[in-house]
Amino acid sequence: MGTVAAHGLRKSFGKVQALDGVTLDVPDGSFFVVLGPSGAGKTTTLRAIAGLEQLDAGSVHLDGRDATGDTPAERDLAMVFQSYALYPRRTAYENIASPLRARRRSPGEIAAAVDRVASLLHIERLLQRRPAQLSGGEMQRVALARALVRSPRAFLMDEPLTNLDLKLRVEMRTELTRIHRSLGATFVYVTNDQVEALSMADRVAVLKEGKVQQIGTPAEVYERPANQWVAGFVGSPPISLLPCQAQGDHLVGAEGWTLPRPRWATAEDGRALVLGLRAEDLSVERRGDASLPGELYGLEPLGDRTVVDVRVGTEILKVKARPTVTGSPGERLRVTVDLDRAHLFDAGTGLSLAKAGTR
Amino acid sequence: MRFSVRGRAVLEVALLSVLAVVMLFPVLWMIETSLKENRDVYAVPAKLFNFDVTLDHYRDVFVSSGLSVAFLNSVIVAGASTVLATVLGVPAAWAYSRFAVKAKKDQLFFILSTRFMPPVVVVIPIFLMYRYIGLIDSALGLILIYTAFNVPFTIWMMKGFVDEVPAEYEDAAMLDGYTRLQAFRKFTLPLLVPGIAATAVFALIFSWNEFVFAIFLTSSDEVRTAPPAIAGLIGGTTVDWGLVAASSVVFALPVLIFAYLVRKHLVAGVTLGAVRR
Repeated sequence: MGTVAAHGLRKSFGKVQALDGVTLDVPDGSFFVVLGPSGAGKTTTLRAIAGLEQLDAGSVHLDGRDATGDTPAERDLAMVFQSYALYPRRTAYENIASPLRARRRSPGEIAAAVDRVASLLHIERLLQRRPAQLSGGEMQRVALARALVRSPRAFLMDEPLTNLDLKLRVEMRTELTRIHRSLGATFVYVTNDQVEALSMADRVAVLKEGKVQQIGTPAEVYERPANQWVAGFVGSPPISLLPCQAQGDHLVGAEGWTLPRPRWATAEDGRALVLGLRAEDLSVERRGDASLPGELYGLEPLGDRTVVDVRVGTEILKVKARPTVTGSPGERLRVTVDLDRAHLFDAGTGLSLAKAGTR
Repeated sequence: MRFSVRGRAVLEVALLSVLAVVMLFPVLWMIETSLKENRDVYAVPAKLFNFDVTLDHYRDVFVSSGLSVAFLNSVIVAGASTVLATVLGVPAAWAYSRFAVKAKKDQLFFILSTRFMPPVVVVIPIFLMYRYIGLIDSALGLILIYTAFNVPFTIWMMKGFVDEVPAEYEDAAMLDGYTRLQAFRKFTLPLLVPGIAATAVFALIFSWNEFVFAIFLTSSDEVRTAPPAIAGLIGGTTVDWGLVAASSVVFALPVLIFAYLVRKHLVAGVTLGAVRR
């Protein structure tokens, strides 16, 4: 149906550089998630693709054709806004029918299309209501229906689930994935929720301060973060980061601990590094050669597991453990480290020492 | 000194009553005079209640005084200048609200600055310009000058209202397949109607009440609007105060009615539209 390619997008608002050379290639039929914290330029990227934002530089290609100068209508895209942007004076039916009316489809065709999408999203009984009479979740569905009523080149979604409560968000995640699969259409989906990104995406682009940090599959972004910032942003509980340096066969921490140096770590001695350890690659229950001394700082029971906070020097390590784990704060213990799954970053540049695909 | 809650309420009502009497007394006196026989108008001591009511003065306003032409002129000039100011000002306000215009703040300040000086400061130069281009003593001349004064006001007040309408409705409409202007006309404009009504009433009241330009730029009875025409009744050897009062009442009525009809929007317009941002 459609490919979307953005090249070197630049856009500033006053002194703020919102987009600083963003390049994305969205393959046909993919669920492409743009992930980043607020203010990263995600929404601006999406609006630039939609033609709602005048770019300072860069180009947007749709289906391989340069669409940079095209109006939003000419681009043949559909968008779901974070605020839903449902027309307040119109009923849900009229809202959903709007894209077809703008394109002068016949009344019969419009009615059939609205009925089809209404049953797809289970909103048949809401069609005669106005946005003010709808709940947040219902408005979200109507907004989604307004996008899905046509078959555009691609669907653009700007944090469509952010304003929903948690239960509904989880439900809609599954439903959006289902819809994407059944349509086989191209989705460009913006979110600041890494769980959404990891669970729904085929490909993820991680954005920070208007720059793309990494593009890859969710597994790549999680397993092989390109830099320290991506490692810290993706994953929950967040990755633990410890300053250290390489010395011969060992990694020596700023806090005085030593660990065997991972085979793949090729840094010269004395270079300032940061060791990144994910909670599931640490253990307080297993015994192993590679371990760090620390003391118990706190327990965070989450039902299916417990996150153990361990203080090593001045740093706090997040360690995943069985829900049955017990202990009292201040207790001395050792944290076993799975060094094969550890990450090393250059402390100066933040870049990963292991280039993607080398491990 | 301390007041009980009740004492405070009594004091408030008392003070407000005094204020209301002071403010409304001239209006009351105007209405009374318009209803009195001529001999009662000059009665000493003044007759507050015990006078004979007559509607002769009101008949004179429309029949023998020639003021009906002036009122018609006022309707035409105020109406046309308001329509013109709205048609020009609303799209301009939309553009200032939605688009990245270079030096937007400076432009808006410049637009507003045309309202800083009192009309009387510019009336002589405008008189000379109008005489030169032949707009003196014409309805068109008044319509243009009132429009010039109302457009800045309309832009400023409407910009406040447009800012209140999320731009995303237009974004969504453009993705639906509408052009930018269609998006404005079909989606934003209907939401602006209350704001437009409030703004138009303000513009209408300004044009309707305007006196300085009207008296300088017009001279003939066929073109004169009501304010200079009513003022012209005063100044002969004898002044028909009953007629002056009756014509003033007739002149004030449309403004009162309009203000009453849109009073909710007037408050909203003053406090919300114009003030924010």
